Amino acid sequence: MKIDWAALGSVFGVSLVATVALVGLFTLGIVGLTKQEEAAASGGSATLARTGAYACFALCAAAVAYGIYLIVV
Amino acid sequence: MEHITLLLAIVVVTALVFDFTNGFHDTANAMATTISTGALKPKTAVAMSAVLNLVGAFLSVEVAKTISGGIINEEGIRTEVIFAALVGAILWNLLTWLLGLPSSSSHALFGGLIGAAVMSAGWSAVNGSTIVTKVLIPAVAAPLVAGLAAMAATKLTYKIKANPEAKATAKGYRAGQIASAGLVSLAHGTNDAQKTMGIITLALVTQGVVAPGSNPPLWVIVSAGVAIALGTYLGGWRIIRTMGKGLTDLQPQQGFAAQTSAATVILASSHLGFSLSTTQSCSGAVMGAGLGRKGGVVRWSTATRMFVAWGLTLPAAGLVGAGAEFLTKQGPWGIAATAFVLVGGSAVIWVLSRREPVDHNNVNGDDLGGPDSGTPGVVTTAIAAVAPPPAGSVAAVADDGLKTTIHAPGPNDPAAPPAPAAAV
Repeated sequence: MKIDWAALGSVFGVSLVATVALVGLFTLGIVGLTKQEEAAASGGSATLARTGAYACFALCAAAVAYGIYLIVV
Repeated sequence: MEHITLLLAIVVVTALVFDFTNGFHDTANAMATTISTGALKPKTAVAMSAVLNLVGAFLSVEVAKTISGGIINEEGIRTEVIFAALVGAILWNLLTWLLGLPSSSSHALFGGLIGAAVMSAGWSAVNGSTIVTKVLIPAVAAPLVAGLAAMAATKLTYKIKANPEAKATAKGYRAGQIASAGLVSLAHGTNDAQKTMGIITLALVTQGVVAPGSNPPLWVIVSAGVAIALGTYLGGWRIIRTMGKGLTDLQPQQGFAAQTSAATVILASSHLGFSLSTTQSCSGAVMGAGLGRKGGVVRWSTATRMFVAWGLTLPAAGLVGAGAEFLTKQGPWGIAATAFVLVGGSAVIWVLSRREPVDHNNVNGDDLGGPDSGTPGVVTTAIAAVAPPPAGSVAAVADDGLKTTIHAPGPNDPAAPPAPAAAV
């Protein structure tokens, strides 16, 4: 019986890192949007927060696209 | 010859029924958290999952060449063995659905195959070490991996602390959950619909209808995709409720973390060559997300019942598969008797489920005792004998929100309830 511990270990590592990174990025994006919303409510603008938020969401979208690529191929 | 074609037709129909139960059993994996956190309306969620399952069925380029991935020796497998295995898998899927327990449809199929193959050809037909590497270890590893990832991710989101009052927060988590749930649905369609296509193709090959090694005919792909999508759309509301509400209370952040972890684990594991079961990953992710929030709880009594069901899946489906194979060996009347057992058993389970219906109206209801207290049958008593008392005691759990225990019986809409027996 040969158990592929290396594969299991890499699944564990990749899943942990990818999940935490994605969820973290996404949450940062949301925080950015919230900042922008608050700024807009008080009449100002928060270009940096908004740009950062969109960058975060773009990275998440790329991850989803990669996920679909993995499913299809 | 007529006997052979009839048998083939029975196997094809049974395989499609299994595909259907697989669909409604596994809706919960993709959609439970999305429904319980309110990101999508129940009906919208299952409709979206159904469409993605259907799309997934057509996406695959690599069609499953083996059903069991080497667990049993499939060379010279008889059509009756496939039929017996399917009977075992379907009955176990329906029983766990009745009890509202998420369990792996693939494990049920493996169990049925193992039982039927052993009854047909003896223990040498089964590859023991493959069972350990392909079933047992993934079953233990999947919830741990997904759970730890979801827990870490949940901790992180609460540390970053997005303003929960803001509109952007609610909208953002909604979109995030929908995206990751969509990925899980798509992956499920590609994997599990393929499995049914593999079964039907194998049956067609054994009966000499198509040449060995050929791709499944178009009607097989279409019918498998449609069966899994229909099952998904009807929705295993009982299981959705256990996963979304029964194991823990999820806030949108947690739902998002759990669903992302599940999607990541499923894709990473199948891509890196150590496949982890979808159901176990999703349940583990939900529990991890529950533990990751400060003050979050996991209802361990429900979780224990689920673990017991996981442990029983292989042997129980195997026993039914073996019994069914014993019957089919007796000749045509045995096959008829097995078909009768399948239809009768499904009908009994469906009738039992109607005593305490769970559908899209009360899937988020708080009366968690529902699916258990409503079915005091032999089966429930047997399960209760091996498992701690059911999760009726929500009040005992240290919980922040006060629960109203309003009993919310769904209207008896004959079109909405999952009616597996009707499809037989």
